[in-house]
Amino acid sequence: MTEIMQAAPLLKVNDIHVYYGAIHAIKGISLEVYENEIVTLIGANGAGKSTTLNTIAGLLKPRQGTVELNGEVLNGLGASKIVPKGLSLCPEGRRIFQQMTVRENLEMGAFTRPLNEISASLEEMFERFPRLKEREKQIAGTLSGGEQQMLAMARALMSRPKLLMLDEPSMGLAPILVEQIFSIISELHASGVTILLIEQNAQMALHVANRAYVMETGLITMQGPAEELLQNDAVQKAYLGS
Amino acid sequence: MIFLDNLINGLSLGSIYAIIALGYTMVYGIAKMLNFAHGDVIMVGAYIAFCALQYWGFPPVLAIVAAMAVCTALGVTIEGLAYRPLRQAASLAVLITAIGMSYLLQNTALMIWGANPKSFPRTFINGTTLRIGQLSVSSATIITILANIVIMIALTLFTAKTKMGKAMRCVSEDRGAAELMGINVNRTISVTFAIGSALAAIAGVLLCSSYPILQPTTGSMPGIKAFTAAVFGGIGSIPGAMLGGVLLGVIEIFGKAYISTELGDAIVFAVLIVVLLVKPSGLLGKQIREKV
Repeated sequence: MTEIMQAAPLLKVNDIHVYYGAIHAIKGISLEVYENEIVTLIGANGAGKSTTLNTIAGLLKPRQGTVELNGEVLNGLGASKIVPKGLSLCPEGRRIFQQMTVRENLEMGAFTRPLNEISASLEEMFERFPRLKEREKQIAGTLSGGEQQMLAMARALMSRPKLLMLDEPSMGLAPILVEQIFSIISELHASGVTILLIEQNAQMALHVANRAYVMETGLITMQGPAEELLQNDAVQKAYLGS
Repeated sequence: MIFLDNLINGLSLGSIYAIIALGYTMVYGIAKMLNFAHGDVIMVGAYIAFCALQYWGFPPVLAIVAAMAVCTALGVTIEGLAYRPLRQAASLAVLITAIGMSYLLQNTALMIWGANPKSFPRTFINGTTLRIGQLSVSSATIITILANIVIMIALTLFTAKTKMGKAMRCVSEDRGAAELMGINVNRTISVTFAIGSALAAIAGVLLCSSYPILQPTTGSMPGIKAFTAAVFGGIGSIPGAMLGGVLLGVIEIFGKAYISTELGDAIVFAVLIVVLLVKPSGLLGKQIREKV
């Protein structure tokens, strides 16, 4: 951990403020993600976790503050220009292209990459997610919830991101599938993918993460190594139900 | 014989509606707006072709190309100047802007070309009449139907195979998710307007080849009927626009021939109402349910 922390951060979010009209949703958040880390952002519904990720991805614009990837300021670029910089968001609710096939969905994930690189990445995804290989030609809307989540994650990986952001990957899934999704997250981490994870399932998220930030109503209220937060009384009371 | 005659005329008229309806349905599917100025882009295309043939001495094919080029530029300009600034606005604001744009085009045409109807010149498109047995068919009819088929195949291949076509399908399904793939949504919408407007130019030339009276309001009625056709077939669906357009043309001609000439248009809309009562999403429209 410590040797990782000494390097410059891969992602640096510096005091961002985001508004929905007059509503001040994010009130000055700063966070860092270092290479090869899993960092999780936990917090209750409405704390501003998704808003934070959407702002980093460029779907929302901060009124104040900066988002930097490898030292390069990203704000104001717009989501479609941020993807080729190496940042990929697997959005809340999966949002796969329901009317396209599994393969087409994956190909769209590699939209910003040269055509000749795509087939190798496709093979890689099919190896990692054998279920998707079986369903290659199937219309994505007909997949089960768990398969759709896998597809959404694989699609996000197709852009070869330096940082993968996952927004509530376990949402709406049966417990056994939640386990499966988290083991995939661990595998991805083991293979060198840096991950910023948002979860309501704080227990699982803290177990898989290196570091964590706790959000409440647009602010970060606590941060530290995931194991420490797991032991923290306030966190346990509020998010771990014990 | 009369039945066959009517059927062929219906298919031809319907093909024109279908080509126009494609513009409506693609723009609706991708930009989620009704571009009511689309009908008037047809009129502009027809005028450009008219000028090219009549005054500038262009050969017919070049005249069509000129009309397509001008309409493409016009469509992209309209989108960029009038609709893009309203991307986040309420859909009613966009709708009213489109209606305003429609009148702006009509009035500009009135200023440039005057109110007197122009007679569209004869070209290879409507130059000959073919006789098959007792049946006599204008070459315009055949070319219109063929053009429709070619456009349908080309567009289907374009959306299925090309990168831009796939990007269009993504934007049409989920704009935000499309952006997260790195798709430039504004550019995709511009290309959609470009294609729709180029098709409008073709439709304008075909329309005036079959019905050679050209005036600033020439595009309005076919525009509205093509919009109806797009809804009839399921707005947002390319095959739906084709089916809706062709059916609408056939119904209109048969309605006029066998029921009442005066009520022809009313019959068309009555059929639309009945179809929408039974199938609100249109003939080929899909109701998509999200999986949670």
